[in-house]
Amino acid sequence: MNTIAEYTLVTLLLAGGFFTLVGAIGLARLPDFYTRLHGPTKATTVGVGAIVLSSVIYFSSKGEGVDISEVLITVFLFLTAPVSANILAKAAMHIGVSTTKNTQGNTWDQ
Amino acid sequence: MLDRLSFPQPYLSLILFVVWQFLSDGMSGASIVMGFVLAWLIPQLTRSFWPDPPAFVRPWKLPFYLALVLYDIVIASISVARLILSGRQPKPVLVSYPLELTHPLAISMLASTISLTPGTVSADVSDDRALLLIHALDAESDEEVINAIRTRYEARLKEMFP
Repeated sequence: MNTIAEYTLVTLLLAGGFFTLVGAIGLARLPDFYTRLHGPTKATTVGVGAIVLSSVIYFSSKGEGVDISEVLITVFLFLTAPVSANILAKAAMHIGVSTTKNTQGNTWDQ
Repeated sequence: MLDRLSFPQPYLSLILFVVWQFLSDGMSGASIVMGFVLAWLIPQLTRSFWPDPPAFVRPWKLPFYLALVLYDIVIASISVARLILSGRQPKPVLVSYPLELTHPLAISMLASTISLTPGTVSADVSDDRALLLIHALDAESDEEVINAIRTRYEARLKEMFP
């Protein structure tokens, strides 16, 4: 494995770990249900994206040809994360979870 | 009978075929045959669940749109990370976004884009598909959120789904 690939790998792994950690901190620190909803959808998008990309680079640089099937993990996550966030938000509105005091605007009731 | 041999969703069939080539280790005769079978069978089995096929024009604009969304995901993640680490209280806004898109698939693409770009989550679509409820993590006002989405994403989607 050459040096450039190694540095790219390290950078991607660190970035992925960082964003996943920040997503978890956000989950603990943000004030209400709706703001906490931002944590999981975001940590997966960038964090998992970076980690999977580093895995692709690692196995490609070992000289067995470029294998990008792992990119499918990211694609499927990108397709499913918005749906789960949407269902969670809908469920929260349905049972009337309240927002923090400084939120502008209102939830719907339909 | 001939209807059963057609591909009712050509784009879905294409995606299924390509995904199957990725899933099966490298392309081979077997994976191509199986890819064709799946690309035919799955749209046929699920056809009653799909809305009418959208008027999808200018498909070559899709890669540019995806690249833009990817770029925005990275940029906006950094700003959300800064907000979380700064210790400042966020100013959440619930925005009722008036949709200009009409096709269900286009609306769901816009909603997914909004949920994926950090800082906004789309929470609900009104029953008449005229409004989209968006929760913005940190924004000054609804106009700011509406204008950003209108010019950046919806205008581009409208070119593809008129």
